[in-house]
Amino acid sequence: MRCGNLRNAALRLAVCGMVLSSAACGGFGDGRQVRQSSGPAALRILIGSSGDAETTAVRRAADAWASSSGNTAEVTPAQAIAQQLGQAFAGDSPPDVFYVDASRFADYASVGALEPYGDRISDPADFYANLRTAFTHDGRFYCAPKDFSTLALIVNDDLWKRAGLSGADVPTTWEQLTSVSERIKAGGIVPLVIGDTHERIGAFMVQAGGWIISPDGRRAVADSPENIRALRYVQTLLRNDLARFPQNLDAGWSGEAFGKGEAAMTIEGNWIEGALRADFPTVEYSVHELPAGPKGKGTLAFTNCWGIAAKSPYKKAAISFVEAMTTVDQQLAFARAFGAMPSRRSAKDAFTREFPRDTSFVNGAEYARGPVNAPKMESVLADFDAGLQQLARAAPETILKRLQKNTQDALDD
Amino acid sequence: MPDTTTRAVRRRFRPTAATREAVAGWLFVAPVVTILGLFLLVPILMALWVSLTDWNGQGSPFLAGVPYVGLRNYTRLFTEDNLARQDFMTSIRNNFYYVVIVVPVQTVLALGLALIVNGTRLRGRTFFRTAFFFPSVTSSVAMSVVFLFIFANSGAANHLLALLGVDGPQWFADPRGVLHLLLGRIGLVDPEAPPAALTGGGPFGLSWWEWLSGPSVAMATIIMLVIWTTSGTFMLMFLAALQDIPVALEEASMIDGAGRWQRLRHVTLPVLRPTLFLVLTLGLIATWQVFDQVYVMSQGNPAKTTLTPAYLSYQTAFRDFEYGTGTAISFVLFLIIVILALVQRRVMHGRADRPRLRRPAWTRRS
Repeated sequence: MRCGNLRNAALRLAVCGMVLSSAACGGFGDGRQVRQSSGPAALRILIGSSGDAETTAVRRAADAWASSSGNTAEVTPAQAIAQQLGQAFAGDSPPDVFYVDASRFADYASVGALEPYGDRISDPADFYANLRTAFTHDGRFYCAPKDFSTLALIVNDDLWKRAGLSGADVPTTWEQLTSVSERIKAGGIVPLVIGDTHERIGAFMVQAGGWIISPDGRRAVADSPENIRALRYVQTLLRNDLARFPQNLDAGWSGEAFGKGEAAMTIEGNWIEGALRADFPTVEYSVHELPAGPKGKGTLAFTNCWGIAAKSPYKKAAISFVEAMTTVDQQLAFARAFGAMPSRRSAKDAFTREFPRDTSFVNGAEYARGPVNAPKMESVLADFDAGLQQLARAAPETILKRLQKNTQDALDD
Repeated sequence: MPDTTTRAVRRRFRPTAATREAVAGWLFVAPVVTILGLFLLVPILMALWVSLTDWNGQGSPFLAGVPYVGLRNYTRLFTEDNLARQDFMTSIRNNFYYVVIVVPVQTVLALGLALIVNGTRLRGRTFFRTAFFFPSVTSSVAMSVVFLFIFANSGAANHLLALLGVDGPQWFADPRGVLHLLLGRIGLVDPEAPPAALTGGGPFGLSWWEWLSGPSVAMATIIMLVIWTTSGTFMLMFLAALQDIPVALEEASMIDGAGRWQRLRHVTLPVLRPTLFLVLTLGLIATWQVFDQVYVMSQGNPAKTTLTPAYLSYQTAFRDFEYGTGTAISFVLFLIIVILALVQRRVMHGRADRPRLRRPAWTRRS
């Protein structure tokens, strides 16, 4: 009998523990209306930094803002920002300001994690239009683009000369890309190394006039004839050994294979400049806009925005912080520190004057397409990537049909 | 601990002492019960609740606004034709082949190693014991990174194969199924154009052809790594059991005229049965939960052939914000492990009694 009572007591204790810990875990407050704190703000800023250079530059800028505005700002570089943010949102204590990758933006915006402050920043129309689109959800411009990068054709000048090619031979169309690649291959050099993901091969889809979702973001248009045409073209390059994936050249990514001189061309963003400078400083290369496809020029844009948490108690201070981070002068300072391209159009001229080699990257901004702006697409696109890895063997129609179905499922969900 | 009858007797005659004993007992275990409850049982129950909701990771999952969806997270893993099911079934397939290869091989290898280093004839036994055990005490992340180098396309493994005149595969970039390759090699099917009968359909959204892929070359590499690292641990367990076998037993069987093989088959192995059960169970549990090697080496790539349920659950929850589906996957995995462990226990116990009743062959001979 007594034992039974004790058992009951133990059970009760366990239940109590559960209730207590659930209370501690989330609190019982409704998170929709967040009380704003007055007085000096203590901003917590989480950045998905590309390296020490970026961390230092952002810290310096944050300190300058803090001392001039009378607030404090603590910058933390994240190890894995997607996971850290996910856990912070689940724990109800997100950082006030953080980087939001455009490919994850819709996930955050659709669950109400972000403050839609985009129009409260000065001169929002100055940001490139396709960057603003990348951070627009349900017709609202959410957050200010931090910087951006686009894909361009990177050419190894030595290998280019060794294949008997000149500057005039840099391909501007798919046909020229094929013919130039054949000439390079004849010289026993791998012509092109390209990453096996939609974030590289997708550029060909844009050049062919296709994309994964419709412009309004409501319909899947993945199995269009344009996309099939694009994948067929890439498949031909792969099958004829005119293009290889970095894994086939024993490299983690295209930049590594290119730096080692394994391929004459690659398609990457301007981050490759820093990587080549650090790891392969002797490689001579030049940057060109991507060859145009049947529907003209096309490239992909990658960008982050300065997200502000909907649950931040210091939204006003946070907006003032973002304002300071996105001025033309500050963006140029970031460009000098770690090579980020300014997201404001009014900074373009000053930027290209200072970094003439990046002109081809910046020019891409006019016709670039941002990442798929819809929630729950990450696993769909990962599945598409798995298909693309098999592109040399599999039928483009099958890969795209599967993408079409999965995309539509995700959009309907 | 006193058995139940004496306890009952005591309770009848000296109730206060029994009560005191019980209170004292509960008091002694209270810290462990609290800690286990708070950090094990409660989180598991919380996760169970999350698996029944559509929680998106914003705020607490225990608020009123969190949508309750019942068993939908579970049913969409099995009945709905969507990407979630496809990924889950792919991960089950990958992990199944992984378990089917790793568990038997590592057990046999561990037993073999234990028998070798237990033998009296081997010189430098201590050295070999240490050498075989060494991989088990090294960090699995460090080992994984070393393997990444060894099996790089121009790494040591392929150089070695090149010496033998073999053109090595691109290990971690190769999504082709080993079974597919084998079937292709013996000319049964053409892996580039599999027969329509197999690609047409199959259970749970994967075609029969996909189910029959076997582990991919990339997964086979992870399998090699895991067998190498864990067989050392299990060798130690077998070794401990082997050293517990009384010498008299071995000598008795030798006097009875048993050969080496007969001794192994009829003396050593029956004595090792409990250890064998332990090793198989631990192996089964660990292999169904493989995570760190996948996280470090392949992240599920190439072409999802190294995706495992444990990794998929993590990815679904923390990257896609589908915490409900993610936790549902981990509970299904939990069920798989429990059921398999029970089946295994039944099988091993069913066998346990019979052979002992029968006299070994060599004693029946004369």
